[in-house]
Amino acid sequence: MAGDVWVFAEYQAGKIRKTSLEVLSKGRELAEQLGSGLGVLLLGSGVDGLAQELTAYADTVYYGDNPLLEKYNNDVYYQIIAALAEKEKPHILLAGATFLARDLFPRLAGRLKTGIAVDCLSLEMGDDGSLIARRPLFGGKVLADVVCREGRPQIALVRPNTFSLPDVQSPAQGKVLPLDVTVDTSQVKLEVLDVTRMAKERLDLTEAEIIVTGGRGMKGAENFQLLDDLADVLGATVGATRGVVDNGWRTHDDQVGKSGKTVSPKLYFAVGLSGAIHHVMGMNTSKVVVAINKDPQAPIFQYADYGVLGDLFEIVPLLTETLKKEI
Amino acid sequence: MNILVLVKQVPDSEALVQVKGEGSGVEVEDRYTLNFFDSLAVEEALQIKEQTGAGTVTVLSLGGQKAIEALRTAIAMGAAEAVLLEDPAFENGDEYATAKALAAAAKGMEWDMILCGKEAFDDSSGIVGPLLAEFLGIPLVTTVVKLDFISEEQAVVVEREIEGGKEVIKAPLPVLLSAQKGLNEPRVASVMGVMKAMQTEIKKLDLAAVGLSQSEVGKAGSKEEILRYHRPPERPPVTMIQGEATEVVRQVVALLKDEAKIL
Repeated sequence: MAGDVWVFAEYQAGKIRKTSLEVLSKGRELAEQLGSGLGVLLLGSGVDGLAQELTAYADTVYYGDNPLLEKYNNDVYYQIIAALAEKEKPHILLAGATFLARDLFPRLAGRLKTGIAVDCLSLEMGDDGSLIARRPLFGGKVLADVVCREGRPQIALVRPNTFSLPDVQSPAQGKVLPLDVTVDTSQVKLEVLDVTRMAKERLDLTEAEIIVTGGRGMKGAENFQLLDDLADVLGATVGATRGVVDNGWRTHDDQVGKSGKTVSPKLYFAVGLSGAIHHVMGMNTSKVVVAINKDPQAPIFQYADYGVLGDLFEIVPLLTETLKKEI
Repeated sequence: MNILVLVKQVPDSEALVQVKGEGSGVEVEDRYTLNFFDSLAVEEALQIKEQTGAGTVTVLSLGGQKAIEALRTAIAMGAAEAVLLEDPAFENGDEYATAKALAAAAKGMEWDMILCGKEAFDDSSGIVGPLLAEFLGIPLVTTVVKLDFISEEQAVVVEREIEGGKEVIKAPLPVLLSAQKGLNEPRVASVMGVMKAMQTEIKKLDLAAVGLSQSEVGKAGSKEEILRYHRPPERPPVTMIQGEATEVVRQVVALLKDEAKIL
């Protein structure tokens, strides 16, 4: 409905993504402050069940269920959301700052002639109903409060792991509203040939609650087994520094830092890494940081809550063993 | 194949950035460089040009002296032509206003493909490229890590990074693509290149030349306004733990459980 808060929901492997649920939780809070409804947008194929699931979080579940929507295609998703937003006129549109959202929503902002704030770390309602988004500049050296003065909806993409998970309404209160999926195929220029995801048991770095990152102090690709073992015990995801990726010990997909991924887990282990600024820029919003390094001068200790001075090859296996018994 | 590449000069990652006064602005140390992701875009354009053997690589930026430095770096790498959007009216614009100006300039140029970095190191938005595609009415693919140009079809097949995987996408020309780390290894400019960059004339376009009005660009044409700047919250001083390994590990686990309450 006009004036509502909307959240765009993504799913993966048959489940609503954690980051989408986090944004729904914030969306509910903003809708309550505005006295408006909370809508959620779901596009996909065979997503009936997920649409039902979302009625536990939102008042209205707009969902497009069509084979055309099975794989994300910017040209297709863009048309559907633009048409719906032009008709329903939401006040705010939120999504997690995922690869998909960062591909889709900037273009959508252009079409809707409105502003967009990316990678937001907090969202507040201003007195005049405008959304104040706090976002990092210069790799997090500075934060800026930005507001969309002109254009609606106000679009904001939120860094994953920024907000807590929402309460489940029981019984579910929302209603589902299937969308009539009509696509102007003459405007679909892109053809998605293939989508592959590595069969990973772990969450992506951007969504992981615990991350264990190794630096060049790991001394070789084979030693990352130590971090994999620790990650197994903690249900964590393993990250790597730029030096490690440049050495070919891990793939770029695992890189945390300014030219890799920006992460914000609850707990971050920095193991055998010095803490170069481009790395710190990618992890400095982690809630608790444990650094393990044998060099007392390593800059990473300035960015850590707990600094362990010692040999990682001695400390990490012991830590894994101890945690195995304790948790 | 004519390729247009967007470039931007940004503070390097070591540059000191401080919040001024009561959060009204920021002071940035004068340590600037061509945006890393833009250098990937320039490199890719040069490789396509070398592969196809025809066409021109033109670099485009908006701003003043800093933008000229970005353009010269790109010429030194091998770009043939450089265009600068320069006018007081363009200043203090957000991504929307910047993309409007770039789109107006691009409309007056000949290109089959536009390349840009996936984001700039300073604001990390990654918005200008997609907005430009929208304003020009062309398709876009962001975070591209592999690019194959298929000349007989006048199309590209690209791989795009997503969380834990990749998408393979085919797009007809014209198209806008944004470069992600992994696409290539940008070349270092040769001495000859640097000398050429000093001599190459940079074509300048002002507001009148791109045919826009004052209200469409700069602050007036912006959608987003920065209200204030903040310093990031500071982490409390580090608790250092050292000694015998078993004892150290016991302490860390206890702190994570009892103090940080995270395990």
